[in-house]
Amino acid sequence: MSMQQQVLPLPGVVAPDTGHYRGDHLLVAEMVERGSKVLDVGCGEGDLLQLLETRGIDGRGIELSREGVNRCVAKGLAVVQGDADTDLINYPDDAFDYVILSQTLQATRQPRVVLENLPATWYDTPNIHFCTIKDFVQLCDEINVKMERAVALDMYGRPLRVNLPWWFWNMFGEQGVFLLSRAEKGK
Amino acid sequence: MVDLQSIPSPATHTEDRAHEADHPSSLLARFGPDQPLKLDCGIDLAPFQIAYQTYGELNADRSNAIMICHALPLDQHGANVHPLTGKPGWWEIMVGPGRPLDTDKYFFICSNVIGGCMGSTGPASTNPATGKVWGLDFPIITIPDMVRAQAMLVDRLGIDTLLCVTGGSMGGMQALQWTAAYPKRVFSALSVATSTRHSAQNIAFHELGRQAIMADPDWHHGRYFEQGTHPHRGLGVARMAGHITYLSDAALHRKFGRRMQDRELPTFSFDADFQVESYLRYQGSSFVERFDANSYLYLTRAMDYFDIAADHDGVLAQAFRGIQTRFCVVSFTSDWLFPTAESRALVHALNASSARVSFAEIETDRGHDAFLLDVPEFFDISRAFLQSAGKARGLT
Repeated sequence: MSMQQQVLPLPGVVAPDTGHYRGDHLLVAEMVERGSKVLDVGCGEGDLLQLLETRGIDGRGIELSREGVNRCVAKGLAVVQGDADTDLINYPDDAFDYVILSQTLQATRQPRVVLENLPATWYDTPNIHFCTIKDFVQLCDEINVKMERAVALDMYGRPLRVNLPWWFWNMFGEQGVFLLSRAEKGK
Repeated sequence: MVDLQSIPSPATHTEDRAHEADHPSSLLARFGPDQPLKLDCGIDLAPFQIAYQTYGELNADRSNAIMICHALPLDQHGANVHPLTGKPGWWEIMVGPGRPLDTDKYFFICSNVIGGCMGSTGPASTNPATGKVWGLDFPIITIPDMVRAQAMLVDRLGIDTLLCVTGGSMGGMQALQWTAAYPKRVFSALSVATSTRHSAQNIAFHELGRQAIMADPDWHHGRYFEQGTHPHRGLGVARMAGHITYLSDAALHRKFGRRMQDRELPTFSFDADFQVESYLRYQGSSFVERFDANSYLYLTRAMDYFDIAADHDGVLAQAFRGIQTRFCVVSFTSDWLFPTAESRALVHALNASSARVSFAEIETDRGHDAFLLDVPEFFDISRAFLQSAGKARGLT
């Protein structure tokens, strides 16, 4: 994919390292505070978790595919095999500072339910292919989720200018990276 | 005419076994009357001893010690030639220089469990109060009792916190019990093919094994050593039944199918016509060379009683509340004795406790025994988990 190997100049990410990571991962890593506790839902083979751990973040993962999980565990990452649609309920509320849904939400059967059940006050959702970016903004409104930050990436993994209108993002945004918070806790 | 066959008696090893129970070919930690082992049944066991093996070197700040806990039919000889059988250690494939449990990096302790028969105090040991073998006078022991004894051994070795506690099956139960009983003394735990409680099906299989032993006329209500006998047929049958549960239908089929043993046609008898029968009889007869029948009764009982949640108001997550230990939980797809669902229940409880846990289910058709076999994916995961734990603990 075009976004692979994209280098973004992000604060806190050591320059020689950035080349190994995906643009959206670097963007997410930049949004997560050091020292925080993170759950990466649908963590794949653990690339983002590895990036987060280099930044002193306590990362945990949940992944549907057994092969993905075992590769993560073989990298020393704390990842368990599980299903975002059913297993998030096992985690206590507020166990994590951030929950990351990196290219995961569009693969779930019930994106709205997954969003509503996230065991944290904050979460992040890049790459919204399942719907248009505008649809996603509307969904967040409906379930009382506040959008703290939003960045759209173009087909080359480059961030689009932030002051552009939604319709422009919808047309040219290939991925969206959103930092969300639950407007009303315990909902 | 019907040809009746049963497991042959390996009479040659009886004396060796008896000697090994009191004077093991191992390192030995003796605990006197002032240091009793406080058993769950309410009895203070004293004096008692623990036979153990070590591999690798303890580093200067004593931070690289790993406890290996053995499974029911095994012992402390995990990575050395067995003194009775002359066979390689049961985990030599895992433990050694450059192996996943790397003796170049870590210091391993593997002790015979309390109630065992290879030198730690158990029913085959001599009761110092009577000068006779304990037999069924030995108190009932539990998995927490085994772990309490191991903690006393670790104290004796001057080690405060273990880098890791690991084991499969009954060994995995001990590893989990370590984390529940001594969370601050266990930096990480690698629990393999195990459960936080013994299932009804597993208790049933153990009862089958115990009944086989007790039905053997040579058992003499547990006092066979005074009669100069050993219930080798009963223990052999118990081992055969147990061994079937360690395998899988697919593994048995792949290994033996319906192939005949050294013959092309059925003999129309109860001889071991099939290879699988011959294999099981061999497993039975070789087991009785190195294992004490009463010890088998005690250890199966200890597993049956194991239920971590029951000790914490029935709530498993309660056992791990606030725990800082790093967990790696491994199960195998074809293990029907300790199926993945058991490991998953443990993982859910650990998640609910916000513990740092990795969980991998490994695809293999080799059944419960997979943790003792050459399964590269399991090796990779074990190696990486220990490396990551070592790194977090500041090992170089």
